[in-house]
Amino acid sequence: MSAKQTRPPEFPTWQEMRSGNILQYAGGAKNYRTGDWRTDRPVVDKSKCIKCGMCWLLCPDAAVKQNEDGTYEANLFFCKGCGICVRVCPKDAITMVEEGA
Amino acid sequence: MSRRVPLEGSFAAAEAAKMADVDVVAAYPITPQTHIIERISEFVNNGELKAAFIPVESEHSAMSACWGASGAGARAFTATASQGFFLMHEVLYFVAGMRLPVVMAVSNRAVGPPANIWGDYSDAMSATYTGWLQVFAANNQEIFDLTLAAFRIAEDPRVLLPFMVHLDGFTLSHVTEAVLLPEQAEVDAFLPPYKNPYMYDPDNPMAYGAVVSPGTYGEIKKAQDIGIRESKAVIKEVWKDFGDRFGRYYNPIDSYKADGAKTLLMAVGALSETAKVAVDRKREQGESVGLLTLHLWRPFPFEELAEAVSGAERLIVFDRAPTLGGPTGPIIGEVKAALFDCRKDMKVAGIIGGMCGRNLEVEEFEEVIERGIDICDKGRQEMVETVGIRG
Amino acid sequence: MEGEFIKFGKNLVSKEELLSSGHRACQGCGLAITIRLALKVLGKDTICITRASCWSGVGSVYPDVAWEVPWMQSLFENASAVASGISAAHEILQEKGKMAPRKINTVVFAGDGATADIGMSALSGTLERGHDMVYICLDNEAYMNTGIQRSSATPYGAATSTTPVGRVTSGQQTQKKDVPAIVAAHNVPYVATACVSYPFDFMNKVKRAAEIKGPSYIHVYSVCPTGWRVAADFTVDLGKLAVETGVFPLYEVVNGVYNLNVNPAKLKPVEEYLKPQGRFRHLKPEDIQEIQETVQKNWKVLKAKIEASKAMAAV
Repeated sequence: MSAKQTRPPEFPTWQEMRSGNILQYAGGAKNYRTGDWRTDRPVVDKSKCIKCGMCWLLCPDAAVKQNEDGTYEANLFFCKGCGICVRVCPKDAITMVEEGA
Repeated sequence: MSRRVPLEGSFAAAEAAKMADVDVVAAYPITPQTHIIERISEFVNNGELKAAFIPVESEHSAMSACWGASGAGARAFTATASQGFFLMHEVLYFVAGMRLPVVMAVSNRAVGPPANIWGDYSDAMSATYTGWLQVFAANNQEIFDLTLAAFRIAEDPRVLLPFMVHLDGFTLSHVTEAVLLPEQAEVDAFLPPYKNPYMYDPDNPMAYGAVVSPGTYGEIKKAQDIGIRESKAVIKEVWKDFGDRFGRYYNPIDSYKADGAKTLLMAVGALSETAKVAVDRKREQGESVGLLTLHLWRPFPFEELAEAVSGAERLIVFDRAPTLGGPTGPIIGEVKAALFDCRKDMKVAGIIGGMCGRNLEVEEFEEVIERGIDICDKGRQEMVETVGIRG
Repeated sequence: MEGEFIKFGKNLVSKEELLSSGHRACQGCGLAITIRLALKVLGKDTICITRASCWSGVGSVYPDVAWEVPWMQSLFENASAVASGISAAHEILQEKGKMAPRKINTVVFAGDGATADIGMSALSGTLERGHDMVYICLDNEAYMNTGIQRSSATPYGAATSTTPVGRVTSGQQTQKKDVPAIVAAHNVPYVATACVSYPFDFMNKVKRAAEIKGPSYIHVYSVCPTGWRVAADFTVDLGKLAVETGVFPLYEVVNGVYNLNVNPAKLKPVEEYLKPQGRFRHLKPEDIQEIQETVQKNWKVLKAKIEASKAMAAV
């Protein structure tokens, strides 16, 4: 991403919109906390995790991060709690836990 | 050293595109534009023009391909008319809103039904609100000049808006006239290479066309509106430079024997030249009349209109398309609205004729002047004032 | 970060996220996985075009878009035409020396409605003209973005908001349009069907498509939990069931020769695929039987096509 890219205002003046609907700012979605959507949170049992990476690969939101020790866990800022990681884990190392529990 | 070449209006447009060294031409055939794209494809196949000629499967795709090409950094050109023009209608808004300097030649043709192929401005008028810069050419030299200048104006970083050059279908597109063509070196000096600051570039990724909410749309549109109005200054600047280099000066509104005239006739396009002869004849008969030729349609030349009519009492506007239920003609409606702000006292008459290529002789233009004066002084007699329509 | 990969056996997958998190797709969105994995293969030298679809809304809201590569929203039917323009422009500009030689992928991500219905003409034109681009059809079997209306890619019997369950008739009354066959009829170099439930098969197909000069088409089966009334975590599993029951076979057509990528020895009963989906809940046993017979027949026809295409190639 080019260094000169800055987030434009959400409610601009017309003078700030001279270039029309061309947004000189890529990947701004990273500002949006989709983690607020979920009702259940995936929890990884590290003793079972074989570091295969399938959960990371198939997460629709790229909300799985790899730890220092190579195991994986959810990025709770973005994780929407869909549960796909639970189903694709070959070792059943992930379980969904209700938020607030 | 210019050379004098006999060229059809269509070929003049094609020559302008060739001398401008366009990179991509995406077009779909429709009468009476076919000669433009046929000539360009000959240039490409003969190696005279290095361009990608994309024979698309519809006009909608033609404008879409020009959109993609222009955004990717290529100089894009296309041509169409009437039904094809309508088919690409939604894409026109996008190309203007996404700041893409595509140049298009429109061989104006009447819109069906009834099915037809001959010329009038009903197609051009439908694009009035698309955000494109638009001019009308009155003869083949103007077609060449205005198309060449269009590239420079459109690509100017202060403008970055697409440009339409309207030429009368058949009356200009298929009629041969002498055209002065400049040297390629002179054109290269006049027209710098195309650089799109918002080019699609993986090294500088941008998002083109994100969804906006009610909270942002209004600001974008106001900016676009102000932008197109401010482009008039650039248009005049480029036309002056064109005149300095090639000896032919263009203005948003050209006046012919208008100084001191009590009555002015305003016409657009090819028929304005016939109107000129009628004005001369009327003047010989003692009528104080002059001619205004409207070249710049968008952005509308409000100041120039106010100045052009400053000495006159009456303005007769001759239009070449109906509005079907609104003002007599679309140009008539806009001119009247423009005059309301500067000349409430002015008497305006609107008459339409020449629809679908029906020819108007000098005598009919004399009739336009006479009827126009009558309408100005006594008011409209018919619901729709026309000339040359039986009944 | 650029250049970092994760090894999955013999497959290397880039760690770079060119579709950022924080997009507003539904939980478990099949399109999200598809686009994310495709971009990992295509890399940052890619220009993406999407049409009116879920992804023109969820990933593309001003001012926070999820795209880290140049992305544009075209109109509904013209993404293929815009892609033609971009592809032709790159070629001619590089030929004329106005642009440094560089490989930039031009990719269209379009939904089934945009491809099979309104955009069919533009797609056909682009394929016939042979522009260098990759067209990835994200088939979630309805116009999902506008509220789950039917498209010509909606399968027989599915309930959508315009083929709702009613007292007189229910569900889609026509068979799903075979878009890969239509594309293959244009004699393009590469056509494939894919599903993210087989991620490496999908990613290898994207890689192959990007490398081939000329138009390539990949028809991706994208499970939509929201539109199909399926649990959000079932996206990947349902895609597998679609392949294992023969509802959505995975194959490639390379220069006219068909090749099956996943060939189950015995197809699972189609009921296993239909049962978890709310959009098929209204089906009676005779409807399921009809669907089973159609799937069996199509499977046999595909097998015959594979043999025939080999013979045709030898001509």
